[in-house]
Amino acid sequence: MSLLSVENLRVEFPSHQGPVEVVKGISFDLGRERLGIVGESGSGKSMTGRALMRLIAPPGRVTADRMVFDGQDLQTLPDKAMRRLRGARLSMVMQDPKFSLNPVMTIGHQMSEVLEFHGRQNRKQRRESVLKALRSVRIDDPERVYRQYPHEVSGGMGQRVMIAMMVILEPDLMIADEPTSALDVSVQSQVLDIMDDLIRYKGMGLILISHDLNLVSRYCDRILVMFKGRIVETCEAGQLHQATHPYTQGLLASVPVLNEHRNRLPILDRIQLGSV
Amino acid sequence: MTAVRLSARPVPPSLRWLKTGAGFLATLSLTFLGLLLITFVIGRVVPIDPVLAVVGDRAPQEVYDAVKLEMGLNDPLWLQFIHYVGSVLQGDLGMAVSSQRPVIEELGRVFPATLEMATLGILIGVFIGVPAGVVAAANQGRWVDQVIRVIGLAGYAIPAFWLGLVGLALFYAHLHWVGGPGRLDIFMEGLVKPKTGLLLLDSALAGEWGVFRSAVSHIVLPAFILGFFSLAYIARMTRSFMLDQLSQEYIVTARVKGAPERVVIWRHAFRAIRIQLVTVIGLSFAQLLEGSVMIETVFSWPGIGNYLTNALLNADMNAVLGATLVIGAVFIGINRLSDLLYRILDPRARA
Repeated sequence: MSLLSVENLRVEFPSHQGPVEVVKGISFDLGRERLGIVGESGSGKSMTGRALMRLIAPPGRVTADRMVFDGQDLQTLPDKAMRRLRGARLSMVMQDPKFSLNPVMTIGHQMSEVLEFHGRQNRKQRRESVLKALRSVRIDDPERVYRQYPHEVSGGMGQRVMIAMMVILEPDLMIADEPTSALDVSVQSQVLDIMDDLIRYKGMGLILISHDLNLVSRYCDRILVMFKGRIVETCEAGQLHQATHPYTQGLLASVPVLNEHRNRLPILDRIQLGSV
Repeated sequence: MTAVRLSARPVPPSLRWLKTGAGFLATLSLTFLGLLLITFVIGRVVPIDPVLAVVGDRAPQEVYDAVKLEMGLNDPLWLQFIHYVGSVLQGDLGMAVSSQRPVIEELGRVFPATLEMATLGILIGVFIGVPAGVVAAANQGRWVDQVIRVIGLAGYAIPAFWLGLVGLALFYAHLHWVGGPGRLDIFMEGLVKPKTGLLLLDSALAGEWGVFRSAVSHIVLPAFILGFFSLAYIARMTRSFMLDQLSQEYIVTARVKGAPERVVIWRHAFRAIRIQLVTVIGLSFAQLLEGSVMIETVFSWPGIGNYLTNALLNADMNAVLGATLVIGAVFIGINRLSDLLYRILDPRARA
């Protein structure tokens, strides 16, 4: 049985020109595997992630024919049960630790909250678990980081903290929404390697949302390509170069490579794509 | 080279505290000196002759000249300023012309009256306004929010004197729930010897519960009206600060972690707005301490707002300057205090 099954997921927001659909009926199944969702800004990939966590606040509206996580219907689940899932079985790493960590709480406090919300352990044990989680993302002096505030750590360190916070209860599925877009190129792969290790080691499912084709093909088993709120292509990570959809081909063609012979990078022909 | 080595050496914490404290005192005294300079300049610029105020219009020229010399008004301005600073430091603010009593003594009588009312007012404002703002933001667009917003709007739009008069007409004249104008019932006056000048405190300390009850019944209405205005302002600001925080990414993180809504609102969002709230509350408290002339007039409250207005109308410059000085000092004090709270509440400001 698959871990997550989504059928005909739609997300819409009201606007002055009537409702705007940002996710237009997507379907996919996910086991304990690593699924990449790629697409440009506004293609609906982040909204898909948030809809799965049920984090789209009114007036946004989420509908689906089916949205089942490990036998539980995410659409009809009461709020309280949903909160029990979040953080413990379903988690999400967000883009920029500068904004996604609470600026006025210590890192230790923010991390132990996850344990607190899910009623695990007493204060002392929580502290131990947090320190262990910090060590697991290769932070050498967890005691110090525990006491620090988010503004006192670097971006890469902040994102490792975020990852540690999201895996501390060993969830079944983690959604990573552009986890490295806000980071320096030099620390991107470091952070992704840490995340990848944890996911393999703990056997979690992953949805990696990104606009970076290379990155996604390197860290995922399977890739969904989204465009204008729809899935336009699904393929195995290794077979990305065999993609058939013109949008995917266009994306691939516009990736610069070393030892380039082209004088000009091609751009997407949106007029032609508009019809698909 | 040396500079690098110096800065690399860690400063012991006790020394750092000493440095912070010294800097704090230095800014405090400089600000206060600036305030004195401003009041001094005002005193010299206004077209009121301090000598005439003392000797009267019909004094002969010799008397006028003698008094002017005695008051040191022939000295150069900088020397006068030094004298002025010196006497203020000794607690001498001059004589109030109309009553022929030292200004400092009169201020010691009127300021506590305002302080008492303003403190109650701000407490009401904070303890009702802050939760109201938070609740409104947490239920944005729902009926609770609408009600709180209408109350906030009313606090903005209703004139203080009108509310005061209507309040008196209803709760005092009609329902007899509260005492009327003044700080006490007339036959209670002078029963308690003023120690702090705060009637509630003095009467409680003296164990005069009859006086205490009377004082409460007199202060409750004006304090609530002041409280209503600061409540409206504080609730409105709290609501907008909260809405701002609730749309931040770290709030999403808290929800992702499985936080109950109560924790999201009070522990995460509210913790972040405390810093801004300190400023808002500090400013509104300072404003209340300035004395609400309208409320003090309507309620015949012998506070500093009333005092200052009367002094202005009588061209009693010593009293005006003295009161201005007190109000200025209050502003400085509250500002410093909020700076201090800032450092405690915001880890980013501590660095």
